Amino acid sequence: MPEEANPGGATEPQKPEETSAPTGGGEAASPPAESKPAAPKPPAAVPAKPAAAAPAKPAAAAAPKAPAVMQAVAWEGELVEELKEEFGDRIKEFRTYVGQEFLVAEPGAVIPIIEFLKLEQGFDYLVDVTAVDYPARPERFEVVWILYSFERNHRIRIKTSIKDGEKVRSCTGVHLTADWLEREVYDMFGIEFEGHPNMTRILMPEGWGSFPLRKDKAITDMDNRWVRENIGIESGQ
Amino acid sequence: MSETFLDSTELVLNMGPQHPSTHGVLRVIVKLDGEKVTGTECVIGYLHRGVEKIAENRTYAMFAPYVDRMDYVAAVSNGLGYCLAVEKLISCDVPERAQTVRVILTELNRIASHLIWLGTHALDIGALTPLFYCMREREDILNIFEKYCGARLTTHAFRIGGLQYETYDGFEAECLDFCDKLMPRVDEYEELLTENRIWKDRLIDVGILNAEDCKAYGVTGPMLRSAGVKWDIRKALPYSGYEKYDFEIPTRTNGDCYDRYMVRVQEMRQSARIVRQGVEKLAAGPIMAKVAKVLKPPVGEAYVSVEAPKGELGYYIVSDGSTQPYRVRVRPPSFVNLQSVDKMARGSLVADLVAVIGTIDIVLGEVDR
Repeated sequence: MPEEANPGGATEPQKPEETSAPTGGGEAASPPAESKPAAPKPPAAVPAKPAAAAPAKPAAAAAPKAPAVMQAVAWEGELVEELKEEFGDRIKEFRTYVGQEFLVAEPGAVIPIIEFLKLEQGFDYLVDVTAVDYPARPERFEVVWILYSFERNHRIRIKTSIKDGEKVRSCTGVHLTADWLEREVYDMFGIEFEGHPNMTRILMPEGWGSFPLRKDKAITDMDNRWVRENIGIESGQ
Repeated sequence: MSETFLDSTELVLNMGPQHPSTHGVLRVIVKLDGEKVTGTECVIGYLHRGVEKIAENRTYAMFAPYVDRMDYVAAVSNGLGYCLAVEKLISCDVPERAQTVRVILTELNRIASHLIWLGTHALDIGALTPLFYCMREREDILNIFEKYCGARLTTHAFRIGGLQYETYDGFEAECLDFCDKLMPRVDEYEELLTENRIWKDRLIDVGILNAEDCKAYGVTGPMLRSAGVKWDIRKALPYSGYEKYDFEIPTRTNGDCYDRYMVRVQEMRQSARIVRQGVEKLAAGPIMAKVAKVLKPPVGEAYVSVEAPKGELGYYIVSDGSTQPYRVRVRPPSFVNLQSVDKMARGSLVADLVAVIGTIDIVLGEVDR
């Protein structure tokens, strides 16, 4: 089986865990005010730059120019107005990046928003639930919901940030598909979803001692105790 | 009244992970009342390799071959989705010729995936013959892949920005030849199965999942279309120039196992149609866009999905401006579709559970990642 050979071949992860990544992420979180002045720029112009600069002097030209925050522009439209009216300042930002729209909301507002979008706006398909870990931020995890509307043929994302240990409300009451998706987020990041009917691990074995997709877990980190007790070998890593 | 063993009503049975009808290492714990299924629970993760973690420790280009190992019977679709997602982040336009070759190979791969499905599913139901025919046709597709890029299964056919290899001499002729051969052979499969009484008895009205349930469970792909929803990402949110191709989205209305079979069979015909058009369109030109050797997408994120043979396959990539992705999330169709097995199997017979699992068309490499 060729696919089995690959994960074992983890020979070269030279990247120490907390190098550039968290700092870049940390900045992205704090100054939304800074990126706002950039908003009037046409969205196409910004991402086009690195691609155009690349062929001439690939690494050298692209690196210093690259901004440290996402160059997202404001998202406007009817849907935004309706959401603003319904939820007010519980939604902090409406943004567009590379033509994809997303909103940033308070953790408590997410499920009501998803419910509102489903019942009133036709976003009846929950595509995905996932998370991103930014250990340097005070609110460490960014949880992401991707929604799609068959009627409008439109896809949007909802994002929120939570602290380590903070719980998010489960979406299973609104979209049944959230069941396994939320379990996977729990399995990988240790984010618990309140009101989920079966908040257990799904891909990793039960009793596994860590949450593998957290940034402070290196790629070779194993739960040696679990491996020893359940498989009866010393960890292969 | 004393209890005897005859009074025991419920039996808990373990199907898998080494059961042939589970198509890999899926374990289903089944609660039975006689032969009736009263509940199921899927236990997955036996093939979990931490693909998303690996992505964070590789450069963008280095991670590309890994995605082939998820849905290994449709590796080309996996690769296409990943390349499109990264191309979105770096705002790169893929040359026309590369896009056309991508469409041709992806559609050939869709046919290969559906052939594997048809053969193995017929085997589950008890029809041994179609497997050999399906494998024979699939072999032709794999030969085209092999000649094109050297690999048959985990092809790594595309690169970020286009293609690495130019097509080989006779590529067009072989694709057309295959399409010519495939059409009558699909008719032959249909002769074997479509009106076959046993086949119909085993599949019609088994494992019904209507449109509403499909949406609630996030089920996509042929399963959704068999329930009457005319939705295909190739049409709804076209990528790689699919809007320029003339093809139909086959749908059915009942949403049972039989309809899923019908939809997939018709999709093979539509894919062959697309391949033909692709070969006609194929004009000379560059096959690779100008992409930086050291790829550093600007800080940002994107979600891009493609219509894989199994449904919506999405990649959510977060870039922190470095050479390695900060996060890659794969939205696997098999994983999400598998969730609906309990809804479909509850109240049916054990033998029907086999049909239900079969028609979801799962690949455990993708479920577990």
